[in-house]
Amino acid sequence: MKKTFKLVDLDCANCAAKMETAIKKIDGVTAASVSFMNQKMTIEADDARFDDIVKEAVKVCKKVEPDCEIVLK
Amino acid sequence: MSRKQKKMLVRIIAAAVIFAAGMFIPESEELFSVLWFVRFGVFLCAYFTAGWDILWKACRNIAHGQVFDENFLMAIASVGAMIIGEYSEGVAVMIFYQVGELFQSVAVGKSRKNISDMMDINPEFANVERDGEVSEVEPDEVQVGETVVIKPGERVPLDGEVIFGSSGLNTAALTGESALREVTVGDEVISGSVNTNGLLKIRVSKPYSDSTVAKILELVENSSDNKARTENFITRFARVYTPIVVVAAVLLAVIPPIFVGDWGGWIYKALTFLVVSCPCALVISVPLSYFGGIGGASRYGIMIKGANYLEALAKAQTFVFDKTGTLTKGTFAVSGKKPEGISASELLSYCAAAEQFSNHPIAASIVKAAQAQGGIPKAENAEELAGFGVKAVVDGKEIAVGNYRLMEKIGVNITEQKSAGTIVHCAVDGKYRGYITVEDEVKENGKDALAELKRLGAERTVMLTGDRELTAKAVAKAIGVDEVQFQLLPDGKVKAVEELYRSKLPNSTLAYVGDGMNDAPSLARADVGIAMGGLGSDAAIEAADIVLMNDNIQNLPLSVRIARKTRRIVMENIVFALGVKLAVLVLTVFNIGNMWAAVFADVGVSVIAIINAMRCMRIK
Repeated sequence: MKKTFKLVDLDCANCAAKMETAIKKIDGVTAASVSFMNQKMTIEADDARFDDIVKEAVKVCKKVEPDCEIVLK
Repeated sequence: MSRKQKKMLVRIIAAAVIFAAGMFIPESEELFSVLWFVRFGVFLCAYFTAGWDILWKACRNIAHGQVFDENFLMAIASVGAMIIGEYSEGVAVMIFYQVGELFQSVAVGKSRKNISDMMDINPEFANVERDGEVSEVEPDEVQVGETVVIKPGERVPLDGEVIFGSSGLNTAALTGESALREVTVGDEVISGSVNTNGLLKIRVSKPYSDSTVAKILELVENSSDNKARTENFITRFARVYTPIVVVAAVLLAVIPPIFVGDWGGWIYKALTFLVVSCPCALVISVPLSYFGGIGGASRYGIMIKGANYLEALAKAQTFVFDKTGTLTKGTFAVSGKKPEGISASELLSYCAAAEQFSNHPIAASIVKAAQAQGGIPKAENAEELAGFGVKAVVDGKEIAVGNYRLMEKIGVNITEQKSAGTIVHCAVDGKYRGYITVEDEVKENGKDALAELKRLGAERTVMLTGDRELTAKAVAKAIGVDEVQFQLLPDGKVKAVEELYRSKLPNSTLAYVGDGMNDAPSLARADVGIAMGGLGSDAAIEAADIVLMNDNIQNLPLSVRIARKTRRIVMENIVFALGVKLAVLVLTVFNIGNMWAAVFADVGVSVIAIINAMRCMRIK
């Protein structure tokens, strides 16, 4: 499954790159992309564990850039 | 400016005022005297006003294990400067850094908004007519078959067919073309275009998720997933760059003073290194440039599915074209008349009269040509002979119009003609009266487009077609392609692309230009698949990497120019950012640089790189 999330207050390009690297390392993630320009994040991962993976992704993003909020819907 | 940015601006101004006040307090000779405390207190006040959030973030991020984070580097550098007694420098660096960050955030926000406004084709609502009442609903709530009312000035929310009214549609946001598209009852309208003058009612033909506007939006939104190789390279580079500079800073602070002393001086240099080690200028300039290039292209109706394709197009040297619909219009037109014993206009009239009941595209082109010269005589007893042509009676004369085999069949002796295009023979009362040639028209600006591609450095241009040799060669010559491969079956095109792919120059790419009609495999096989006339063709939008929404082939060299310009700007930014950073590092070691220069090398360079990147949007 592939899903896109909006990011609010993603202020630095390097943080976006770091988030992307961190998300890609999560087990079960097949592809991930964080776009600083579009303020968006796309995650492609296992269907069965998708929700858990997204939760994990939010956690690692918070670690990199606590001010950036991920809009889950 | 957003509220957050305004708040930051206020803080910066306040800090700058306090800082300026601090500069008036004379430096005290004596450490920890009253004067010293006052001065230090004022500077500290300015420092916290400007940078408390940086310090806070630095601490918090360290707790999260983010060591080489920008905030941390800036915090260490400025606090370090204060500790070694450079109070004013520490404060100034923090203020200057915040100014740069603010400027950067405003510039990025602005450019992002510019570009997204340009791509904004999303219809916000649909006026749907239900039981005689019109109500405003979300476009995705409208069902196929329902009637939607579009007032002048509104955007067409869904694809459909006009059932009432006529108007001019502005498709500029989709195709980059400024000419209005006139539509009336029975015509198809495409979502995303803007109704300009008349009230229209349409019957919806596709659900919102399948409509043109949704397809294009999806394409635009996904474009940021496909990152360019340069971008991935630079983020990887940033990951090693920062630690290396930080390690160099530590070494610089410790090793030289052991031998030559002057701890304070060397620590100051090391702190300067830390400021320079922030990688943001590098990291931000690359995606911003590609974003700008993709945005600029969209203004001309050129939709690019990702920065990686823009990057690949910049390196394209082999261009492979499909003939029909790409280099030619895909519509037939009468290109020559060769009468025998009658006038050319008579020949055309006879042919058109006989062909007027046929719906074959070739017949239609003859009828169209005859109408243009002044009307078509009546015909009776028209009879279509599949595979041969048609027979009819016009003014009491027996007319036979068709191919060579028809002439043979009715016993008219002629020699077979060899010519590009399709030949339509005509016999009147059993007597040969000449022939008409009908050809697929070459696009008028095709030749210019090819010439421009050559100028841009296209090494090899190849045309692929399923047509006969003569036709193929005539088109190739008219348009100016280097090579032509003819009589290819649909799968033969992919094989041809495959072969050309193997023989392309190293480090260059192959672009395939088609109309997406049955060349999806070729579009996919090429490094860059470019589809022409994407508007209204879902197949093209899906199969290609770059979609030229309108049918103008001039947009092909334009895309190449945009790709090249973007690549050049990306390179400029990388070289500039790295160059300045390295220069400041070297100057610092030799005592010429200072922390001010270092802050410039960080945020100043970012801002210049951002401004440079914005040039990608503007292409003539």
